[in-house]
Amino acid sequence: MTQPSGAGTATFSKSEMMIVAAARELAGQRVCFVGVGLPNIAVNLAQRTVAPDLELVYEAGVFGARPERLPLSIGDPTIVTGATAVVSMYELFSFYLQGGLVDVGFLGAAQIDRFGNINTTVIGPYDHPRTRLPGSGGACEIAINARQVFVIMRQSARSFVETIDFRTSPGNLGGAEQAARIRREGGWLGRGPSVVVTDLGIWHFDDDGEMRLDSLHPGATLDEIRATIGWQPRIAEDLQATAPPSPAELDLIRRELDPEGAYTK
Amino acid sequence: MSTSKVATMHDAVADLIRDGDTVAIEGFTHLISFAAGHEIIRQGKRDLTLARLTPDLIYDQMIAGGVARKLIFSWLGNPGVGGLGAIRRRIETGQPAPLEIEEYSHFGMVGRYTAGAANLPFYPIRSYFETDLPVANPLIREIESPYEDGKVYAVPPLKPDVAIVHAQRADAAGNTQVWGLLGCQKEAAFAAERVIVVVEELVDEAVTRADPNRTIIPGLIVEAVVVEPFGAHPSYVQGAYDRDNRFYLDWDAITRDEDSIQAWLREWVHDLDGRASYVEKLGAERVASLRPAGPAPSGSVNYGEYR
Repeated sequence: MTQPSGAGTATFSKSEMMIVAAARELAGQRVCFVGVGLPNIAVNLAQRTVAPDLELVYEAGVFGARPERLPLSIGDPTIVTGATAVVSMYELFSFYLQGGLVDVGFLGAAQIDRFGNINTTVIGPYDHPRTRLPGSGGACEIAINARQVFVIMRQSARSFVETIDFRTSPGNLGGAEQAARIRREGGWLGRGPSVVVTDLGIWHFDDDGEMRLDSLHPGATLDEIRATIGWQPRIAEDLQATAPPSPAELDLIRRELDPEGAYTK
Repeated sequence: MSTSKVATMHDAVADLIRDGDTVAIEGFTHLISFAAGHEIIRQGKRDLTLARLTPDLIYDQMIAGGVARKLIFSWLGNPGVGGLGAIRRRIETGQPAPLEIEEYSHFGMVGRYTAGAANLPFYPIRSYFETDLPVANPLIREIESPYEDGKVYAVPPLKPDVAIVHAQRADAAGNTQVWGLLGCQKEAAFAAERVIVVVEELVDEAVTRADPNRTIIPGLIVEAVVVEPFGAHPSYVQGAYDRDNRFYLDWDAITRDEDSIQAWLREWVHDLDGRASYVEKLGAERVASLRPAGPAPSGSVNYGEYR
């Protein structure tokens, strides 16, 4: 699905743009809990570019992974060899995550609503689902205990919906005010979602706790944004244009991280 | 000197697993005892409750093999690849047979084993707030801290009848050593009534005693030690062999269709008599391709001698 973008010297796919934009968001972050799927390649790109000191936390029980190849999933022998620490899952979830040491939880999602609440459990009713999805894994506790949450997912009318079918991982609940109160009163460590990176643009959350499009990727249009979302989206007044992937970023993805195009097709 | 607990896979499964048992084959992407799962299918065990954080391909195979009536889990998928067709069909359509499910998050499952191992009535975690998980599974319950500082969620203890753990090595008494990802095998083993350990290598007691920090499961709680090299394939064993990703990718197609799964089970489980035949069928070339590119030994530490 590689398309000429016209915005840079190199051509790149929408997925490559999404991964690059997500990696750049990690600049300045210290400890990142890596979710399954797209977050895996985004954080590995970040570690090789904007965030060389990023400590990668994998729920399999690794703190400070230094993978030499892209891990095949969230468990892989390459995240063990050379890591800072390998611990039991009990320690990882209890001491590292619930203990408050994770700055960013990086998640994927099947469905998301305007307030960043996430569904990865079922499409349709829980007891008779049309599509059974993987479920929480560690996402539910990451969304509650990581200091902030980043989301990476492809945008479509089926995934960006007015009402999610099941709330697996809480975001800004019904809005910023309610979410702040519940998070404070409940003693949650996490402030909730702060960015959603898609194949079309970069969304942050405004004072109401609602997603706002702050940057449009090269080649994407506002019509496309509106056609792939189940509500009237908020668009920043000073909407930015995402810088296209650099040759170096593309080279890392294509040669080192995903030579077979598993994530970038 | 302890008595040897070394047994064949056939005997360990026949003697220690009963129809209707709750069985946990643990190991988080790493050290998954496919060999034990296949033997359970071959022996035609029935009505098992299968517990595991990530059912992975092994429970897809076992559920397709007709051994289970219920699944307890926290993440249902083919890691890094896609879905588990046999399980999904049973949940979505009830075909060819319904499957009862009981669903948690990873931390919830780890907490359940921990409570089971420590003989606690529940395990409290800061998760599940403002989600639909406690609605889907009423065993996840909100409780008030007895110290009046807020609410947490409780999960009930999970005490499997049998836990099966694959490991790099154990001695004949069952003292078991693991390195690499530790998952929650220790918690699952201590929570279980009976423990089967499956190892790449049987070592002398002097080897385990020379490095006691690496022993995650003591022989005290182990019923059987099965020596089954390559018994975790297509999952991996740190330092011994890599995940056979080709198989995980192939499974994506096999699992889409009930007939193709049954054909696979016939060829790779029912028509073989055990893991040695499986490895032989896999072929030396495939096996060699999964070895690590090179060694990465740990330094050794000095425990000291004290008299």
